[in-house]
Amino acid sequence: MSTDVEVPEYMKSKASGVAQSWKAYRIKVRSGDMGSLPAVIGLVVLVALFSLANPVFFTPLNFANFFTQAAVVMILAMGLIFVLLLGEIDLSAGVTSGVAGALLAVSLSRWGFAWPIAIAIALLAGIAIGLFIGILVAKIGIPSFVVTLALFLAFQGLILVIIGVGGNVRVTDEVVLAIENKNLPIWLGWVFYAVVIIGYFLFSFIGRSRRLARGFAANSLSMILIKTVVMAVIGFAIVWALSLERSVNPELNPLSGVPIIVPIIAVLTLVYGFILNRTTFGRHVYAVGGNVEAARRAGISVSRIRIIVFTICSGTAAFSGIVFASRAASVDPNAGKFIVLNAIAAAVIGGTSLFGGRGRIHDALIGGAVVAVIDNGMGLLGYSAGVKLMITGSVLMLAAGADALSRKRSQGVMR
Amino acid sequence: MESPSAILEVKGVTKSFGAVDVLQGIDFSVEAGSVTALVGDNGAGKSTLIKGLAGIQPFDSGTIFFDGKEVELGDPRAASQLGIEVVYQDLALCDNLDIVQNMFLGRELKRGVALDEGDMESRAGETLQSLSVRTVSSLRQKVSSLSGGQRQTVAIARSVLWNNKVVILDEPTAALGVAQTEQVLALVRRLADSGLGVVIISHNLQDIFEVADYVYVLYLGTMVTRLRVAETNSGEVVEYITGGKTDLTAQSGANS
Repeated sequence: MSTDVEVPEYMKSKASGVAQSWKAYRIKVRSGDMGSLPAVIGLVVLVALFSLANPVFFTPLNFANFFTQAAVVMILAMGLIFVLLLGEIDLSAGVTSGVAGALLAVSLSRWGFAWPIAIAIALLAGIAIGLFIGILVAKIGIPSFVVTLALFLAFQGLILVIIGVGGNVRVTDEVVLAIENKNLPIWLGWVFYAVVIIGYFLFSFIGRSRRLARGFAANSLSMILIKTVVMAVIGFAIVWALSLERSVNPELNPLSGVPIIVPIIAVLTLVYGFILNRTTFGRHVYAVGGNVEAARRAGISVSRIRIIVFTICSGTAAFSGIVFASRAASVDPNAGKFIVLNAIAAAVIGGTSLFGGRGRIHDALIGGAVVAVIDNGMGLLGYSAGVKLMITGSVLMLAAGADALSRKRSQGVMR
Repeated sequence: MESPSAILEVKGVTKSFGAVDVLQGIDFSVEAGSVTALVGDNGAGKSTLIKGLAGIQPFDSGTIFFDGKEVELGDPRAASQLGIEVVYQDLALCDNLDIVQNMFLGRELKRGVALDEGDMESRAGETLQSLSVRTVSSLRQKVSSLSGGQRQTVAIARSVLWNNKVVILDEPTAALGVAQTEQVLALVRRLADSGLGVVIISHNLQDIFEVADYVYVLYLGTMVTRLRVAETNSGEVVEYITGGKTDLTAQSGANS
């Protein structure tokens, strides 16, 4: 116990050591806030299991495949995290991505627009859909579950109308196809790696110095170094594996490098993370999700926050639709129908609560990786789509159950 | 008719909901640097009076003086611009945010587009220190991990952060244990000692006799008396609350 009576505990400058950080983390986990821990453990276990079950799982080709496969779910989950943070839901996010993909494909192939205009049309459609949902939920007061369930049905029809009779629309534009099918040159992949690792270290280090200079509690230098080294090692392994020649036929068709979608997702994560953690808007999103009444009394316009959040979600969904169209090189009438549950599962598995107020943007990456590993690994083991859907559904149920229990637990600690 | 040092004074305010006259010409004043208790049985009109002062439910008629000048309290923003802050019983804190985030909720400090966490943390720390708060260990603790007394402390400290002149506390000790009640009452006293006008609503007469300077008693929509706490006892206050005794001079506002 401190003998200093003049300065209260919270005003003392102190850098917590590794042991203290570990202790604080354990208290956090015990009080019900497990964050991404279960997802990370699950990911490691799944990767180990699938690697043992089928050697193809751990080949460079499948590894790169995994990133492009996960990208669509990860992006969609990032948009959904905003909505989930409010304690709302958007069941129409998947079909919204389908509508955007269909508009993109039709703009390019039938209306003959250049790719920037086609992408703009797809994104604007998503933003308009989000505004519409937001106004119905925030101003009219229809529960988001009902609004988006209705749109889930309506947009399946809309996709059919856009595409027209005759199945699917092919995407041939090279720029759009590049999003999911081209790779960075090897050297640029390593530059990207260096920027991420050095950027992370400098960001943590400068933040710590600023806090210590003001006399606040801050992370220890050793803690920052440990995190940076862990990231550097994992990142090195990933970039190295992606830089290997992975083509089935290297002489004819060489294939290597970090897929272009990886830096795109990194930038999106940074931007969304900044919005959620460093802006007034982001703070108010957490406040509305945590306690609507408190937010209202603090002078926050709750309906404004809701409308913006649904707009972000649908806009992001539209972007995931563009990425999906790039990957499949075509858009069919079923686009986006099943993917929304995968994306919600990804967010929840990653540690975002369905009850609102708890979650971080990188939950989408970790949870999305788990969902993609299940999808990819089970596909390699020859399971049918039916079995995969059932397993993904069970995993979502499991994650939602863990979420509900940890919420109960944190309330038990509170009162 | 009240002392000139009144920071907030209302005269003859009324409020009706349909046919029910909830406030029937109330006089009430709050002095800077003192604690004014407001008591009365359920349905006496305490909440209605508070909501009027907070601008949530404006009064139907009557005059309001703030710092000697007549003012209108037509909406919550008018009240908060004058420096009147209400700390509600259910606290209105976000469990998922930390102490600093809660104290600055809705009024975040910014540097450019980004939040200025450093300035907010310093100012929150200084405010808690100025109120001699020692019960929390870290300003970055989530509110969900705080005890009832600590939560009340954060809610009260938030009301001090913005140079408010009048702080109205609605049942601040209702859910607290003995030790925590003592801490919160000491905090209430320090608020008044720092020059604020403090209004405390409580059912607990023991608390009122410990911390308040004046006590107003409401009975079925009329203000039946204003007593100096030093010159009365709980038996007398209970008689006023239950309608067993009325003080005619305190009702003069209704005649004017």
